[in-house]
Amino acid sequence: MRVSGAFLPWLAAITAALLAWGLYDGLLVAPPDYQQGETVRIMYVHVPSAYLSMMIFGTMAFASAVALIWRHPVADIAAKASAPIGAGMTAAALATGMLWGQPMWGTFWVWDARLTSMLLLFFIYLGYMALWAAIDDPERAGKAAAILALVGSVNLPIIHFSVEWWNTLHQGPSVLVSGGSTIEGPFLRPMFIMIGAYTVFYFTVLIWRMHQEIIARRIRSLRLLQAQG
Amino acid sequence: MATYFEMGGYAWFVWPAYAFSAAIMVGLVVTSLTALRRDRKILDALEAANPRRAMRREAAAAATANSEEATSDA
Repeated sequence: MRVSGAFLPWLAAITAALLAWGLYDGLLVAPPDYQQGETVRIMYVHVPSAYLSMMIFGTMAFASAVALIWRHPVADIAAKASAPIGAGMTAAALATGMLWGQPMWGTFWVWDARLTSMLLLFFIYLGYMALWAAIDDPERAGKAAAILALVGSVNLPIIHFSVEWWNTLHQGPSVLVSGGSTIEGPFLRPMFIMIGAYTVFYFTVLIWRMHQEIIARRIRSLRLLQAQG
Repeated sequence: MATYFEMGGYAWFVWPAYAFSAAIMVGLVVTSLTALRRDRKILDALEAANPRRAMRREAAAAATANSEEATSDA
C-alpha cells in the first residue's frame, strides 16, 4: 500500500497530461474525415472507452481466477474495485456510440450483434456489482462474484468477433488488421494517446478504490472484534 | 471560433459525446476519492477508540517505565 501510494500522484499527473495531449490532438490538430466530417472526433472517446470496457472485464476475470485458485485476497479486491470503472466505461462506449450512430448510420440503436453484446456486458457489470452488494461476508461474496466474472468473460470474444461472425451495422476491425491499420496516421495518433490516457486513468482510480476496499475490510474486522467484546 | 464549435453541423453529437465521457470519468474520481477519505476517517476513529490497542499501548508504556527504573537502579 505504501509503494502504490507513492506512485499515485505520478499516475494521476500522467493521466491528466495524456488526456490534455489527446484532447488537443484529437479536437484541434486532427483533420475532419472526408466522409464522416467532424463526427470522426467521437472516435477519440468512443474507442478508448470501448477498449477499456473489455480490457477491465478481462482483468477482472483473470483476477477472479487467481482469487478462486490461490485464494489471494488482493486479487478479489482488485476485481471488485475494477467493476464500477468498467461499468462506467461500458456506459460511455454505448452512449458515445449512439451519438456517433445517429448522424452516420441514421439511427441511435440497432439490435445487431456488436451493440447487443456490449449492452449485455453492461448488464453483467451491474449484476457483478449487485452480487458483491447483496452478500455481507466478503469471502462468500468474493467467491460468488468471481464465478460470475468467469462465466461473464465468455461474452468478451463474442463482442470482439461479433463484427466478423455476423452482419452488423458496426464496422469491422480497422486497427489490428493484417497489412496494417486502415486508419490514417493523423486519426490514429490521437486515438492511441487517448487509449493510453484512459488506461492510466483506470490504474489510478483502481488503486484508489483498492485502498478504500482494504480500509473498509479493516473497519469490518475491527467492528467484529469490538462486537465480540 | 464559433464555426469550430459548430463541428460542421454535428455539434449536437460531438460535444455531448465528450461531455458524457467527461461526466463518467469525473464521477468515478469523485465517488472513489470521497469513499476513500470517508473510510480513512472511520478507521482512524476506530483505531483510536479500540481498547485492545489502548491496552497494548499501556503495556508498552509500563514496559519502558520498568526498564527505565531498571537502568536508574543500576
